Amino acid sequence: MRHIIAVLLENEAGALSRVAGLFSARGYNIESLTVAPTDDPTLSRMTLVTTGNEEIVEQIKKQLNKLIDTVKLLDLTEGPHIEREMMMIKVRAEGENRQELKRLVDIFRAKIIDVTDTSYVVELTGASKKLDAFIDAVPEGLIVEVVRSGPTGIARGEKGLSL
Amino acid sequence: MELNAVQLSGAEIVVQALIDEGVQYVFGYPGGSVLHIYDALFKQDRVKHILVRHEQGAAHAADGLARATGRCGVCLVTSGPGATNAVTGIATAYMDSIPLVCITGQVPTPVIGSDAFQEVDTVGITRPCVKHNFLVKDVRDLALTLRKAFFIATTGRPGPVVVDIPKDVTDPNVKIPYVYPREIRMRSYHPTEKGHPGQIKRALDLMLQAKRPVFYTGGGVILGEASALLTELVRLSGYPITSTLMGLGAYPMTDPQFIGMLGMHGTYEANMAMHETDVLIAIGARFDDRVTGKIEHFCPHAKIIHIDVDPSSISKNVRVDVPVVGQVASVLAELVRLWKEQAPSAVGRPVAEWWDKIGEWRRVDCLHYDRTSEKIKPQFAVETLYKVTGGDLYLTSDVGQHQMFAAQFYPFDKPRRWINSGGLGTMGFGLPAAMGVQLAFPEAQVACISGEASILMCIQEMATCKQYNLPIKVILLNNGYMGMVRQWQEFFYGSRYSHSYVDALPDFVKLAESFGHVGMRVERPADLEAAMAEAFAMKDRFVFLDVVVDPTENVYPMIVAGKGQHEMHLAPSLSERELA
Ligand SMILES: Cc1cc2nc3c(=O)[nH]c(=O)nc-3n(C[C@H](O)[C@H](O)[C@H](O)COP(=O)(O)OP(=O)(O)OC[C@H]3O[C@@H](n4cnc5c(N)ncnc54)[C@H](O)[C@@H]3O)c2cc1C
Ligand SMILES: Cc1ncc(C[n+]2csc(CCOP(=O)(O)OP(=O)(O)O)c2C)c(N)n1
Ligand SMILES: [Mg+2]
Repeated sequence: MRHIIAVLLENEAGALSRVAGLFSARGYNIESLTVAPTDDPTLSRMTLVTTGNEEIVEQIKKQLNKLIDTVKLLDLTEGPHIEREMMMIKVRAEGENRQELKRLVDIFRAKIIDVTDTSYVVELTGASKKLDAFIDAVPEGLIVEVVRSGPTGIARGEKGLSL
Repeated sequence: MELNAVQLSGAEIVVQALIDEGVQYVFGYPGGSVLHIYDALFKQDRVKHILVRHEQGAAHAADGLARATGRCGVCLVTSGPGATNAVTGIATAYMDSIPLVCITGQVPTPVIGSDAFQEVDTVGITRPCVKHNFLVKDVRDLALTLRKAFFIATTGRPGPVVVDIPKDVTDPNVKIPYVYPREIRMRSYHPTEKGHPGQIKRALDLMLQAKRPVFYTGGGVILGEASALLTELVRLSGYPITSTLMGLGAYPMTDPQFIGMLGMHGTYEANMAMHETDVLIAIGARFDDRVTGKIEHFCPHAKIIHIDVDPSSISKNVRVDVPVVGQVASVLAELVRLWKEQAPSAVGRPVAEWWDKIGEWRRVDCLHYDRTSEKIKPQFAVETLYKVTGGDLYLTSDVGQHQMFAAQFYPFDKPRRWINSGGLGTMGFGLPAAMGVQLAFPEAQVACISGEASILMCIQEMATCKQYNLPIKVILLNNGYMGMVRQWQEFFYGSRYSHSYVDALPDFVKLAESFGHVGMRVERPADLEAAMAEAFAMKDRFVFLDVVVDPTENVYPMIVAGKGQHEMHLAPSLSERELA
């Protein structure tokens, strides 16, 4: 199963490499990993997406928690949560494709953020599945470049993952 | 800032922090990036520096001291090759959860990353084999970082911590106020102390219902200073107990309730009991593959209780039924209290049948060997060592058959007496580890059991032993082979002894003598006891006893890869007897 794990880390040099090293050393899958400082500059928040059976995911969480730099950890997939990923996708936009692509952008509530005679850059935010769906919907051969942030997430409700 | 704080340079801070931690010995080797620290060491006499002859030896010696005393070991090495030489020792400590602080010099901060002379990314190289590591970039962080390093190394599940200090951070000309933080709190690190009461209760209930219980205990009992409590609980319950290689001595091995080591080279009775048990009580043990054999066949009938301070040890390899996360001493104290409360009449509870069964297994006499041999059998050598030392010995070991024979034939009745590298299995560990032990206990009998292959891996430390007059006894079981490798080649590679014959051996007697020590060689069983007695009688001398043993002996029982615990190979003489 796919799990989205949010980790608050000490914002120390090397904290990220500890996490990356852990995943490679122990052979865990890692689908994506994003990290940035939080409102508290001494803390970074990392969002990890990983897959594995229950036992493996349990071990992953224990091993993450064991890192001295880990302050708190939450498996978002264990409760109601919101997942968001941002994508920018550059597409060839010429002739009738321009209309077709604009229609797609509307349907997905995406935005065109750069336009040339021959291309668009489309920005789209949503759950990763929605981003996948958009990519699938773009007609064959039009995609020039895809850049995705990797998912981030937050739990629903009033409780927060903070100190 | 405190008003009357002393002004110290970074180098002085390092030394003063060691003093404030109560560190008695630092094992190290100098080099460019730590010279400021060496200068500060020179100007004081509170912390004693032991000059090893290779940085691997520094780490092992600090580790040996830690294993024997329970205190944190400390080593100090220079950047680049100093640090990389220490890595094997750090990894050895890591695998066995030994508290160690390793201070490594680093090139000055302005040139980090420029492939400067003797620069390596020490933090990067050691990351996978430390509990934690630090690069200190500012002298103002130094004292706090060192305090954190000791705190992390010694609490929770212990482990090595590396503190990498660039040379400019120890600059003798930059002085700052020094205050050593006593109390330390880290928001990201809170090792669990007490076990969950509900879980402890469940564990007790399960223990009381057991018909075929076994205690399976490990290094965690020793690390957690819980031998006395373990002994009390085991005696209260009347249940059998087996131990891992790392836990030997936590419960007296000469006690009748002790059924031997378990695992790959464990006893028949211990492994059979594991296979048949209905309630397994695992304490401070980590279900290593040398213990479980093939996981699918591991304790097929058992409900499993597991007490461990590290949540990630629990259900890592084997799913457990009642996990209890906490310090083993605290959890055992609670179990003892509850047991006394709830099961006062439980002594000798209805496990008599179970003991009968174990008695049958014991009668197989799985450690049987040929006592009439003309050659010295390694088992006999260990038994003689026990006899000569009266069981009162700190015994360090290298890695191989000799290590297993020692574990099987030298019954330790106290914790911290059996000192060996289990998790990493590092040849070369024994001699430097013995130095740490002997320094910590100058009056004690300390021996290192080794093989002719292992001993050569850190042989240079004989010079250290000379310099500091360490009266260690090396008991070399010289079988002319990397015996453990040869055994595998005999079993699994059609006796093709590829590169396991240890050719071109030195004359160990002369070698020892050239280092200024006493060397002795024994070839006949009849001479062994007298030779050992003579060696141990030389209380102020390092003695190297080269014992020529039967080169063909194998370690039995053995569980081969892919087999279950109950599918042991017994010694050929026994297997025939069984068939008969
Ligand atoms: C040649 C060779 C052969 C070997 N053969 C065998 C064999 O036949 N049998 C065998 O048993 N081993 C054998 N080993 C050793 C094996 O590789 C492992 O090192 C060993 O089994 C691990 O022991 P352990 O489970 O006690 O764990 P340790 O490595 O001692 O781990 C300790 C456990 O206790 C926990 N702990 C630590 N402190 C505390 C505390 N204060 N409170 C609670 N929990 C704590 C830790 O989290 C950890 O889970 C062999 C090694 C070699 C080199
Ligand atoms: C540093 C290192 N290299 C290789 C090994 C693999 N190994 C394990 S036991 C062994 C042979 C040890 O031979 P010896 O020291 O003579 O001991 P014996 O088995 O003969 O008692 C080897 C090579 C190891 N454990 N450590
Ligand atoms: Mg040998």
